[in-house]
Amino acid sequence: MKTETKAVDIDRDKGDFAYPEVHVRDAGRGLSEKTIHYISDVKEDPDWVREFRLRGLKTFLEKPLPTHWASKDLEAIDFDKIRYYLSPGTGAKRSWEEVPDDIKRTFERLGIPEQERKFLAGVEAQFDSEAVYSNIKKAVGEQGVIFVGSTEGLKNHPEIFRKWFGKVIPIGDNKFSALNSAVFSGGSFIYVPPGVKVKHPLQAYFRINAESFGQFERTLIIADEGSEVTYMEGCTAPKFETVALHSAVVELVALKGAKLQYITVQNWSSNVFNLVTKRGLAHEDAEIKWIDCNIGSRLTMKYPGVVLKGRKSRGEVLSIALANNGQHQDTGAKMIHAADETTSNIISKSISIGTGRATYRGLVHVPKHLKHCKNNTECDALLINATSRTDTYPAITVRGTGNSVQHEASVSQVSAEQIFYMQQRGLTEAQAMSLSVNGFVNDLVRQFPMEYSVELKRLIELEMEGSVG
Amino acid sequence: MSAIAHDETVNSKGILSGLLELRDLPDWFREQQHAAWEKFESIPRPTRKDQPWRFSNVDLLDLAPFKLSGTVSDQARAAILEQSNGLDEVAARLVFAGDQLLERDVVSEQLSKRGVIFQPLERAMVEHADLFRKYFMSTEVSLGSAKFAALHQALVSTGTFLFVPRGVEIDQPIEIFHWLAGENATVFPHLLLVTDELAKVTVIEHFRSLDRNQRGFACGVNDLLAGPGAKVTYVCAQNWGDNVVALQMNTTAVDHDASAMSLNLNLGSRYSRFESLSRLVGEGARSDLLAVAVATNDQEFDARTLQDHISPHTASDLLYKNALDDRARCTFGGLIRVEPHAHFTDAYQKVRNLLLSDDSEANSMPGLEILADNVRCTHGATSGQINEEEMFYLRSRGIPVPVAQRLIVTGFLNEVVQRLDQAAIADYLNQLIDRKFAHSR
Repeated sequence: MKTETKAVDIDRDKGDFAYPEVHVRDAGRGLSEKTIHYISDVKEDPDWVREFRLRGLKTFLEKPLPTHWASKDLEAIDFDKIRYYLSPGTGAKRSWEEVPDDIKRTFERLGIPEQERKFLAGVEAQFDSEAVYSNIKKAVGEQGVIFVGSTEGLKNHPEIFRKWFGKVIPIGDNKFSALNSAVFSGGSFIYVPPGVKVKHPLQAYFRINAESFGQFERTLIIADEGSEVTYMEGCTAPKFETVALHSAVVELVALKGAKLQYITVQNWSSNVFNLVTKRGLAHEDAEIKWIDCNIGSRLTMKYPGVVLKGRKSRGEVLSIALANNGQHQDTGAKMIHAADETTSNIISKSISIGTGRATYRGLVHVPKHLKHCKNNTECDALLINATSRTDTYPAITVRGTGNSVQHEASVSQVSAEQIFYMQQRGLTEAQAMSLSVNGFVNDLVRQFPMEYSVELKRLIELEMEGSVG
Repeated sequence: MSAIAHDETVNSKGILSGLLELRDLPDWFREQQHAAWEKFESIPRPTRKDQPWRFSNVDLLDLAPFKLSGTVSDQARAAILEQSNGLDEVAARLVFAGDQLLERDVVSEQLSKRGVIFQPLERAMVEHADLFRKYFMSTEVSLGSAKFAALHQALVSTGTFLFVPRGVEIDQPIEIFHWLAGENATVFPHLLLVTDELAKVTVIEHFRSLDRNQRGFACGVNDLLAGPGAKVTYVCAQNWGDNVVALQMNTTAVDHDASAMSLNLNLGSRYSRFESLSRLVGEGARSDLLAVAVATNDQEFDARTLQDHISPHTASDLLYKNALDDRARCTFGGLIRVEPHAHFTDAYQKVRNLLLSDDSEANSMPGLEILADNVRCTHGATSGQINEEEMFYLRSRGIPVPVAQRLIVTGFLNEVVQRLDQAAIADYLNQLIDRKFAHSR
């Protein structure tokens, strides 16, 4: 199991350190129109962005917490105590040497620069509200690929940015997309020109370093006709006493024939509320694939979706969730079919350990008069302890003939016979359990990029420690 | 038998205008009715945003036009009795029209000697007050219709009470008819079935309208209690008229080593909601939940189920099949819930939709909530259309398209009906299904 490849080091303890805050820009605690104007002033937003933010705030305040279906734990977030904008007051650096020493140390501990040197085509790192480091390999840049922070994107590339920004996920999609629309800062803006195939993944790191902080990055990726790109994100935060909030909005646009793959390994510390809206818009013949691994956070609510707008477009969500003591991974997928011959596939695997709770929520929608649409959904849940919990709540709507939709879910536990067999061959119970769990997710993990699958396996081994007996 | 005080003004009284004080009912029952009415008024009308009513057409639940039912005319009475034909052989029978009992065929002397009680509610609540009070409306309706269960309790004045004592097996089914008669009429069907240890019984209920075009409202509550080792089968043949709005709330409690099986056949009504809660209370309990729906025109069938595993070593198996044509809609919202400590649960849930037209719509929400381990729980939901190869096969043998389609659909539904393992009832249900196809095609 040992390996030389160390791509995304997401060992939980590795992220558990914090540096003293040196924030030049600080919007203070709580949220009001003043906060919005502060952010807009600092970021020198154009007027339409300022208005967009204010509309976001209004919608956020109007909408109730969705506790009629979601976890009551959301009530533990005190929106008046959250700090909505913090920045060291310096722009994103192009070279690693320019990055301030303490931030550099943070990311070095997380293994970022090495990664870049190794094989990544570009990397961006966000520290609290703003990107602190952003770079893209020369070769990729020469192909016309744009990979910058969202602030820079909206300033320097308004003609592309404005066309798609907020179009896949409208302000009022849900309470947290509205919140993000009000206070967004950071995140990536990527544009891949027609026909360009980006060989190596583009990568971003998100880190919360300040206590009671809310991170609201906004990512917009546009893959133009016939292009291909893979994007990976990782996230960490130290364990503070108070809760932190991460509420991102990610919009993907795959134009005709494009292929877009978005990979997340979420390893927030166990006091982070991770409430994220992610959705892709697939045009004709395009393909959008979400690979989503949720291991950290206190409560994650995230249902990556694809709107299949063009004929023969494809959408896929592969999801792994691991809920350990005190955690609730409320994840799932949405597939909105809006054209003929569209296909979607959802495979979700969850593991609940100790008092952990894993929830799958799904939405599959095949509206009227579409032909030859297909959806396949499989959800498998594994329960490790007697106190573990798992739920499945899919909602499937199909109208008319000529489509086929199937959903299947199962809940099981590690087979006692398997464990016995392995123990008999000299493995400890914990080792046997860990192997068995890895076997459970193996067919899914195999579809991930190699570096991620190796890392994920190791992470599962770590999480399994002490869960038996 | 059906001595009802009655005057003409009653006929025009809307159901939302409050309680009636007509029938001579015990004080404790009256008090409960008043409390229920207050509860009904205090709970807001469901909206589509309420999770248990997601996808439901809640606009159809406007109860203002509906009136409390009065006495049926002699002519209607004769017509109803003539048309109250169900199974050929039954152990006993009750026929209701609105809140009026029209006919009663009692159980055999032998059965009543052994202690079987088969009575209308208003008699049972007096003659068997202790037994009745212990179980009447004793389970909270939790699948969304608490408001309508309260309305039912406030306005119910008759219904069926059936008690099967220890070790008594009733071989023939017991049959109950509920009829809607008159424009904007209402009916509140009630069945309370209590079985003691090792008892065995099958009950079939028929829901029908005298005039298929008349508007009406049905709001029924059904409580089945399967005692230790008992075997209870319940079949509901819902065939209300085309303009009826119907709500039915079923609760089944299954004690240790007992088994309960229910089958709901949905053919009639404009909108029909069926809530089935099956509680597996004792170890070794088993519950089978079956349903078949043939939805045509603008019909909407709304099924909500909960398989609640409370004790370890329990099993449940749900199979719902819908055939949808025209602009019909079916919604299935089901949940398997395994409570903490209910280890070694074996639960299964499957819903299959067969879409026969471009305007039909199927919504499926199969859910799982598992709070124990050592369980085996699976669910599946599929939506599709008639297999073209099967169609081709039948056509190549000279069978015309409509007939081939009918054969395939009835074959698809028959799998559920056969699970009953009671040939006479299965035949009868298949006849009803065939008749619906004959009418709609």
